[in-house]
Order: sequence, then structure tokens, then C-alpha cells
Amino acid sequence: MQLSNLLSGKNELAEEAWVALRECTPVVLGVIPFGITCGIMGLTANMSGLETISMSVIVFAGASQFIGITMLGAGITGWGIIILTTLLVNLRHLIMGSSLAPYMIKLPFPLQALLAFLLTDETYALTISRIHKARYSALYQLTVSTMLYLVWILSTVAGVVLGGYISDPLTWGLDFAMPATFLVLLIPLLADRISLIVFGTAAVVSVYAALYLPGKWYIIIACLTASLIGGLLEGDSEHA
Amino acid sequence: MRSEVFYIIIGMALVTYFTRFGALALFRYTGVPTWLNRWLKYVPVAILTALIVPSLLLPKGYLDISLNNHYLIAGIIAAFVAYKSRNIIATLSIGMSIMFVLKLL
Repeated sequence: MQLSNLLSGKNELAEEAWVALRECTPVVLGVIPFGITCGIMGLTANMSGLETISMSVIVFAGASQFIGITMLGAGITGWGIIILTTLLVNLRHLIMGSSLAPYMIKLPFPLQALLAFLLTDETYALTISRIHKARYSALYQLTVSTMLYLVWILSTVAGVVLGGYISDPLTWGLDFAMPATFLVLLIPLLADRISLIVFGTAAVVSVYAALYLPGKWYIIIACLTASLIGGLLEGDSEHA
Repeated sequence: MRSEVFYIIIGMALVTYFTRFGALALFRYTGVPTWLNRWLKYVPVAILTALIVPSLLLPKGYLDISLNNHYLIAGIIAAFVAYKSRNIIATLSIGMSIMFVLKLL
């Protein structure tokens, strides 16, 4: 009996990992053109292959790597401005971390530390959608983040190696894979009135903020405003 | 590897890790407070919207609401497919095909 419990437990884990692999495949493929672009940008900014690749290995944050590489290419080698910009661009992770914290603080510390290192927009979106559909699963989050991490590094290497031979892959329109995947994750969440109001607020605020504010501030501003409004409306409807 | 570039990369990695682990470190012993939990309930909708909408309306950094904006056209059709099918593969293959056809036109 114990053996069969163990086996069914194993099957469940295998099933969860398989679901994670299946669901992350479109997003992982969508990351490839960005990784290749990152490798090519490193070359055009006169960084060595080793520098560009090690940035992907230890920073693992697409947008801030693009900005950091561009600054290095423009001759900015003062560490302060590059690191401050990286901090600001990545502040949105604090919000995602808080959103996942109720689930993740129950995990063993080394696993928390590892999952935090691997946390990206893509992993956050998939994991939160998994929570909505079934329940939180650390294995799911780990599988998705590891796949994204490996593919990010490999596609950066590909960009560094192939850099001279190919044109900018982002002009192919492959970067559309990211918003398209996120749409499938977003639409099932828009099931009630408050969610629709949050959606409308975030849409308007993010577009305005993207027009007038630098970097990724539009994500942070739109997220804080819209989710605060959602929380307040939720509070009202609880009291009514 | 040049040492100043190496230090910059290490610095970038440290602040990035701070943003990823900060919230967990903060709530590790206290748990997430109730008022924050209520606020956080709508974070997924808000973040996904803030990631999607500007990338469709401002794909090149300026507002482009026209038939020339392939991301917007493909995005509207993909949203419709996503609503009807709830399926990533269907949404992605139809969306990407439309993107590809629009590029060729």
C-alpha cells in the first residue's frame, strides 16, 4: 500500500512537471528571439562574449540587460547609474514577489532563495494562472523557471555565436508571442465586475505612463493604481 | 573580462536579486498582512494588463492606433481566439500566423 501511495505520489509529481513543460513551451519559444538579440547587442556594444553570457547567467533579467548593455555600449562605465537603472527596471519584481509570498514563504529556505533568483514576468504569469486553475505548486514554478533560465542562456550564446550572420530577430515579429500568451492567461481572470474595472484602469494608466515615463515605470504605476482600486472595491463589497 | 564590466554585472545581479527576494524576506516571519493580501488579490490582472496593453498599443515606443500596427490587429484577433478557446496553442498559432501574413503584405 505504501508503495502504491509512493507511486501515485510520483505520478502526480510527474504529471505536474509535464503540465508545466507543456504550458511554458510557447513562452519559452517567445524568449528565444530576445536572448539572441541580447547576444547580438552585447557584440555591437563591444562587450566580449564571456561578458555578455555571464550577464545572462547571473542577472537573468531581459529588459535591464538590454538597458545595461546599451549604456555600456554608449561608453557609460560608471557603475552607479547602470545599477540604479537596473534596480528601478526590476522593482516590479517586488510586487510579484509579494503576490507569490503567501505561497512561497511556506517552502524550505533554499528553495525560496532559488525560486526568487529565477523569478521573471513569464514565470509569475504562468504560476499565478496555475494557482487560479488548480493550486500553488513549487514544482510547477521550478520547472517553468528552469526552462526559461536555460533557454535564456542558450539563446544568448546563440546570439553571441551567430551575431555576425543574422539580422535582428525582433524584426520578425516573434516578440508577439509574449503578449499573445499573456492574453490567454489574463482573459479567464476577467470573470467579475471588479476584475474588469482593474483591467480598464491598468490599461489606461499603463498606456499613459508608457507615453510619458521612462523605462518600465508604466508597469509599476499601472499595477499599483489598478490593484489598489481593486482592493478598495473588494473591501466595499465585503462590507455591503 | 574587464574588471569594471565584471563589477557592474555583479552589481546588476545583486540589485535584481534584491527585488526578487525582498518581499519574501520581509514577510518570511510575519506572513503577509491582511490589508496587503486584499490589495494583492488584483495584482495578477493589473500586471498582465500592464504587460500586454502597452506592447500592443505602443510596440515601437509611440502610440499607434492604426491598421499599420500589426501588433494591435493580431492582438485583437488573438484576444478573441483566447476568449473563445482558452487555449494557448490555438491563440498563439493564429496570432503568429496573422502577424506573419501582415508582415508579408
